[in-house]
Order: sequence, then C-alpha cells, then structure tokens
Amino acid sequence: MLQVRIHGRGGQGVVTAAELLSVAAFADGRHAQAFPSFGSERTGAPVVSFCRIDSNPIRSREPIAEPDALIVQDPTLLHQVDLFAGLSPEGSILINSTRSFDELGIGELAGRHRRERLLTVPATDLARERLGRPLPNAALLGGFAALTGAVSIESVAGAIRERFAGRVGEGNVAAAEDAFAFVRDEIGALARA
Amino acid sequence: MLEQIEGSAAVARAVACCRPEVIAAYPISPQTHIVEGLSDMVRTGELDPCEYLMVESEFAAMSACIGASAAGARAYTATASQGLLYMAEALYNASGLGLPIVMTLANRAIGAPINIWNDHSDSMSQRDSGWIQLYATSNQEAADLHVQAFRLAEELALPVMVCMDGFILTHAYEEVDVPGQEQVDEFLPPFEPGLALDPDAPVTIGSLVGPEAFTEVKYLMHAKQMQALDAIPTIAAEFAEAFGRESGGLLSHYRTDDAETVVVALGSVLGTIAETVDELRDEGVKIGAVGVKCFRPYPLEEVRAALAAAERIVVIEKAFAVGAGGIVGQNVRLALSGLRSRVHDVVAGLGGRPITKQSLRGLFDDVFADRLEVGKLHFLDLKRDVVERELARSRPSPGPHAERILRDLGIVAARSH
Amino acid sequence: MPEQRIKHYQTGTFVVGNRLLDPDQRSVQARTERSNSLTSGHRACQGCGEALGARYALDAAMRATGGRVIAANATGCLEVFSTPFPESSWQLPWLHSLFGNAPAVASGMAAALRAKGRDDVRVVGQAGDGGTVDIGFACLSGMFERNDDVLFICYDNEAYMNTGVQRSGATPPAARTANTKAIGPEPGNAFGQGKNVPLIAMAHEIPYVATATVAEPRDLEAKVERAMELRGARYIHVFVPCPLGWGSRSRDTIRVARLVKESGLFPVFEAERGEVTAVSKIRRRVPVTEYLKLQRRYAHLFGEHPRTDIIDRLQAAADRNIERFGLLADPDDAASMPGEATDLAGLGPEDDASPEHAGEETNVMRLLSETHGGPR
Repeated sequence: MLQVRIHGRGGQGVVTAAELLSVAAFADGRHAQAFPSFGSERTGAPVVSFCRIDSNPIRSREPIAEPDALIVQDPTLLHQVDLFAGLSPEGSILINSTRSFDELGIGELAGRHRRERLLTVPATDLARERLGRPLPNAALLGGFAALTGAVSIESVAGAIRERFAGRVGEGNVAAAEDAFAFVRDEIGALARA
Repeated sequence: MLEQIEGSAAVARAVACCRPEVIAAYPISPQTHIVEGLSDMVRTGELDPCEYLMVESEFAAMSACIGASAAGARAYTATASQGLLYMAEALYNASGLGLPIVMTLANRAIGAPINIWNDHSDSMSQRDSGWIQLYATSNQEAADLHVQAFRLAEELALPVMVCMDGFILTHAYEEVDVPGQEQVDEFLPPFEPGLALDPDAPVTIGSLVGPEAFTEVKYLMHAKQMQALDAIPTIAAEFAEAFGRESGGLLSHYRTDDAETVVVALGSVLGTIAETVDELRDEGVKIGAVGVKCFRPYPLEEVRAALAAAERIVVIEKAFAVGAGGIVGQNVRLALSGLRSRVHDVVAGLGGRPITKQSLRGLFDDVFADRLEVGKLHFLDLKRDVVERELARSRPSPGPHAERILRDLGIVAARSH
Repeated sequence: MPEQRIKHYQTGTFVVGNRLLDPDQRSVQARTERSNSLTSGHRACQGCGEALGARYALDAAMRATGGRVIAANATGCLEVFSTPFPESSWQLPWLHSLFGNAPAVASGMAAALRAKGRDDVRVVGQAGDGGTVDIGFACLSGMFERNDDVLFICYDNEAYMNTGVQRSGATPPAARTANTKAIGPEPGNAFGQGKNVPLIAMAHEIPYVATATVAEPRDLEAKVERAMELRGARYIHVFVPCPLGWGSRSRDTIRVARLVKESGLFPVFEAERGEVTAVSKIRRRVPVTEYLKLQRRYAHLFGEHPRTDIIDRLQAAADRNIERFGLLADPDDAASMPGEATDLAGLGPEDDASPEHAGEETNVMRLLSETHGGPR
C-alpha cells in the first residue's frame, strides 16, 4: 500500500488533489481511497488530505500517520506545520517551489531520506503558464506520477479531464504533463550526478 | 458499474434509483453533498417525477415527508446531529403513524460543544424512536442499504434510517458499484401504500388514542419492528442474489470462528478493526470482529450466538450514555446474560477523534494483559492530564466544560491592544 | 302588503341560504349535497366557534373542488374533539401529525400530489392560533415562502384552549387567560405584544390572504371558494369565539364575532400578493365595550373600578384599524356611534329581546329569536 499525504492551504485544491489521485489510481486498476482532514474550511488555513493506493481493497479509515509520500502544495507551510511527521525513510517528497530543498531550508532532510526522492517542482508557475491561474494541484499530480510511478500520467490526465471540462481541463492536463516531464528530467539528472 | 466516487454522490445516485417522489431536506454538514446531488438530479429532470422541497428546518423536512408519505408518495430525507434532534418529535410521529420514510443519517456528534465531526451520538439518541437503524461499514454498503431500506420500510410500514459515518464515509472517495436503475427497479417495486389520503376512500389518520387502546398500539409497533429481524436477512439475501454482493443483514462476522476475543463495533471503524485483527492474527492472536449492521431492532439472539464462544468481548462504540455508561456495551451484556464472558466497554472516536490501528493495538494489549477493568467505561486515547486537572479543582464553577478547560490553561480573552 | 327588502345580514345565513336566494347563491351549508366534512358526533363544546368555522370552511373547499380535498390538521381543540379513537367526525381524508408542523405536512402532501400528477386533489392545512402563530410559525412562513399549493386556515380563538386557556401570540391585550390572569397592576395579557399573522402573510406576498369571522359564514365560504380558485400559498384567518375560554355564553358566539368586526377590533378583508383588495365595511359601528362586556375574560375591565384606561387603549387600537383599513362605509359614521349596541338582529344589548327598539323587522326577528332558542 502507498500512503500519500497532501499538505496545502484552504482554497488551493488540496482535497481535490487527493480525489483526483484516487481516481487516477482507480483508472490504473488499483484500489484507492481519498479523504480530507476536515478542519474548519477557511481560505488560507492549513489543510491536509490523504490518499491510499493499493492492489488490495482498502479497509482502514484512519488518517495517514506514516505516509510513504508527501505532496506539499504550499511551501510557506514548511516551517509552520510539521509536514514530515511519520514519513518513512524510503519516502518521497514533492514540494511546489521554484527553489531547491537546500534553498528552502530543509536540506538536512536529505540526510534522513533518499535524496533522489526529494524533489521540488515549480507547479504554480507551470499552472500559471498553462492555465492562467496559480492553482498547482493538478500539476503536482503530474510530478507525483513521475516521482513515484504510483499512477500513470495518462490516468492523471484522464482524472483531470473528468473533473474539469473544456479549456480548464486541458490547461490542467498540460501543466501536469509539464510537471511530469520536469520531475522525470530531475530524477534523470540526479541519477547521473 | 464500479466507479471511484465520493460516498455522498454514490448515495445520492442510489437513492435516485429508488425513485423517491418527494424529497424534503435541510442542509447540515456533513450531509450536504447528498442532498445537493439529489437536488441537481431533480433540477435536470434526471430524477423525475420528484418534487424537491427546500424546507426551512429539519423539523419541516420530516414533517413534509410525513405529509407526502401519508398522501401515498415515496418520501426521503437526510440529516445529521442537531438536525436529527430538531426533527425528534417528527421521528416518533412518523414511526407511530407507520410511514415508510427512508432517511440517511450522516452520523455526527451532538453539541454542546458544537462539533461537526463523526460519532454516533446522534443516531444513538434516537434509538428508541421506533425507526429501524442500519449502519453502513463502507460507501458500497451505504449505497446498497438505501435500496434495501426502501424495500424494508414499505414491506413493514416502518421508517428506516441508514447511518453512515459523517465525513469518514460521506466525504471519502472510494470505489462503489453504484446500483443501476434497471437493477433497482427489479428489486424495488413502486410504493403501494396500505393506507393513504385519497378522496376516493377517505380515512382519518392520527387520532387521539386514550389509555384504553394506547398500549396495544405500542405493542404492535414493537412487534412490527421485531419482524424486521426476519425481514432484514431475507432482503439482504435477495439483494445478494440480485446484485451479486453481500450488503447489510443483521451482523457481520470477521474471523470469529475460533476467536477468543471478539471486538464489537458499528460503522466504518470496522474497516480499521479488520486491519488490526489481521495483524494480530498474523501474530497468532485468536481475535475476530462482529459488526452490528442493524442496531434497531436489536438482534439479541444473533449477537448472543456470535459472541457466546468468546472469552472476552471488547465493545468499541462512538457514543455513550452520559451518567450511565456504554450503550452498545449494555446491549451486548444483555445479549450475553447468563454467560461468563467478560465484556469491556470502550468509547472511542468521539467528536471525530480518529481511531487508529496503533491505539487499537494498545487497547487490545491492555485487554490481553488484564489491565482493562471489566464493567467500567474506558475512554480510548483520553487526555488524562487535561481531565484530571479539571476535576482536581476544589470548587467547580458553572459554565461550559470546553471553555473552562481553556481558562485553566491560562488562555484569557483577547485584548484589543 | 308593502314589500320589505330583507338584507342578508339582517336575517342570517340560515334563512337566506334556504329559500330566498337563487340556488346558485345559497350557502354550501344550505344545500343537501353538502359534504359534512366535519360531521356530527364530535365532542366540541356547545357554541364552539371553531367547529362552526371548520365545517363551513371545509365544506366550501369540498364544493369548490368537487370533493377532492385532503387535510392536514395541527394538534389542538379541533383535532382532539373530532377524533376520539376509534371514532372520527371527518368525512374527508385527514391527517393529524404534530402541533407545530401542519403547514409543513400540508406542503409535503401538496408535493406528493404534484409528483403523482394529481392536480385535481387540493390540500388544506388547518390549525388553531397556537399552531399557526406560535409553534407553527416557522413552518407557516416556510410554506408561504415556497409558495406551496396549500390553503392554510387558522381558527383563531386567541389562546391555547385545548390545554386550558393559556396565552398565545394571538391573545389580545388585556385578555385574561390562565397565565395572564387579571391580577396585579397590569391585569390580563400585556400590551405591545402579539403578532398580526394576516399582515405577516401579506408580507410574504402570497396569492391570497383573507380574514373572516363566523358571524358571516357566507362570507367565509366565499373566501374559501375564492382561495380554491387560485394556486400557490393561500391563508385565511378566521375569528372563532370560544365560549369556554372567553367566558361568553355559548349562544353569543355569533354575536361576539359580529361585534368584534363592528367594533373595528378585527378587520375583515382580502388581500392578494401583499395588497389589500377588498374590505368588509362596518355597518353599524359599536364601541369596543359592547364587544368586551360579553366576555368574562374582560370582566376585570368593568365593575366597581372599571379600567377605563385599558378600555381606552383598546378603543384606540380599534380606531387605528378602522383608519388603517378604511373599515367604515361612510366617513360620517365615525362621528355617530350609537350609545348602546343594537346587535343587528334588532335585539338589545341585554339578553332579553326588546322588540320595542326594532322597526318593521321585529316580527321576523322575534320569530327568528324564538326559533333559535331565544327568550325563554
């Protein structure tokens, strides 16, 4: 089972991200479960959502305390909330940022986790480019697909299109595909380094 | 067809397939997505003929369902928590009048203090209202139970509430084989009321009944609900036949065959419990779980049969009777009277506090090590320091408990400077 | 023999409805084919205004719809005296649910009929003042707001009679009830409280609002018939004296109802979509005292130490209504107020018939009063 935790702020589509991820995993023939942490919904307040992906039916209902992967939609949370609580040493982290892990002040994480699984992607910029709006959630899923291989980019695109019609859907898909390529290239570069 | 879908959306579609003719609902978290979904379907004509009443309160919602059902229409509503309490008077009225209304209850805690998250205090508060109470373990079951509920309600002329954990199920995305219209039409025939308001055959419904007849009426209500103990398994079996999957029934049994310890619970927590049971079984512990799917009427014989062989029972419930103790626990004890099993009452998940596998394992360790006193209500994951400090105050002052705790912690009112 | 035009109000519905009108104009109650929706055998008090009003209203609704009415009834006197299990006085489909939900139940019924395509069947909701003005108010407003296809009728006897005459939001100022007793410096119900539900109904701009009394039952029938011509939320507020609760004589029910209108305390009017469309004028204005003194619930205002201050305030309220609704037929009528009431049947203010006061109508009146249990 892969347990994913997504962090962001209210209004950034954190809940939608988990739902789309689960839809993508389902399309890939996996079992998936997504649910939010249900804080009081306020724009700007920290929000957490969860997604479990497994080849067996998922029965557990508890929040994810030991994630295998983290998606951080808003880097301003980094030093405010304990985002990394419970992350396994083999875990992956994908952060929405133009800066690197070191530049974000969390370089020491590289000591405790696998370096090639800690990545940042400028998802907001990609979204702005492709969608005209700074909504990084769909793009991050594309990056996540590349980082973990837990879902295919095709299924991510399909899930996005199912949820968002017309140009909005296409814009989000393009951003996701951009992020997928970006992360894939980053991983390649790290492997060669 | 199997879909990855939000629980609320699955329920809305299942209910729509049951062809309700009148829906009267008032929004309350966490039921809103269900009624919004149904409202959309009525609006687009996908659900037709159906009248959707935007009522001004839950009391009005259940009252409108009463009027609609008495006039011969299949009626549906949904609510939670405070909304259920607001319609409490009407709940008793509906069951007393034998109206086959079906309602989704998105289980949520009852205030004060106000809390929008899941527990079972709402449905438990109305367990004696004369409504049949069914509890869904998953969103698949939640969708399926609504289809069974209309059948059950109309066969017995009793209202049925389908309980599903608020947020945990209603707002979770998971795979559901959403029942299709044709399948449901075959399973659920059109509503044929025995007694309805019809100018061609006028009847008076809701008379004043005095001491000379009231007891008999209540006895018959009780007897009718008891009939559900037979009807529910029958309908569940027919459902399994028609839809190809098990859903509903009175109880579920998970690895109970040779279990020395059996966990009893209601609703979605059974999923987490099943995971925990598997882990313990892998470690050689003989543990199993029984899920109560139908809480009212209370399947006393079935519970006894399911638990009789176990030495230890651990009841985990998401509500309790203030000043008295566990609710499900008491019912379980009743079922086991005369037997020597030890029943532990554990309250967990109140107000949405997550029930984790880790906590459950800790609880079971305490049970196996005899650290958990039998017959005493145990609160899982209680913050002992907070309550002990509060209780140690020599002179308790009046006022709400939540706010008093804050005062103790030194949190004072905000100031403008 | 000179011809004497007998006006309807002088002789009463019974006579007029029976023989002196074209069949089409006769009251519903005068017809043999009337529904008797509320039939005999119920347990209402002698002289119950509500039983009278309900029978007239429902039979009119039945006639207007060809007998296709279903009714939702709130808890209260009407429900209790009409359905002592295993008996029922109702001959139409009738449901009693709870005290506070009659309007919502009616809304649900209307929705059911619409879903089933049964637009030939109409819904009437009914309640006393308690079930309308107080505990039923939220549901009433909701039904109005949605413009549900329901005619809601309030039988207003101005207190919670079924439970022993407690004050409601419709209890008029100064009236004695079980919990607004005539004791202390402010005897009876307080001034400055209460709700005017007809005006509130008008504020919802629903298709039809009307007030009526059981003194003019033909008028009540006409209003119900008018209401049944329309669709959407409709409201009729009927003034119904309660002899037991008001301490009036059971045979004074109609008289009291007539006097409340003639004093100006209860405006009788119709409104559509928030605008008054018709007003039933006062024919012979009386001072409020003529109305009040027939009821022991106001007895504390009279006697050795009369509370003329309170009576003056009540009179001012009546004056305000007359002004506000234009209740007088002729502005000059405001100036001439007869010192003593001649209730329009020609009888004097006291119990005994005083034929000497009346004019040519006297012989008919005496006949009528004797037929109706008049002078003993």
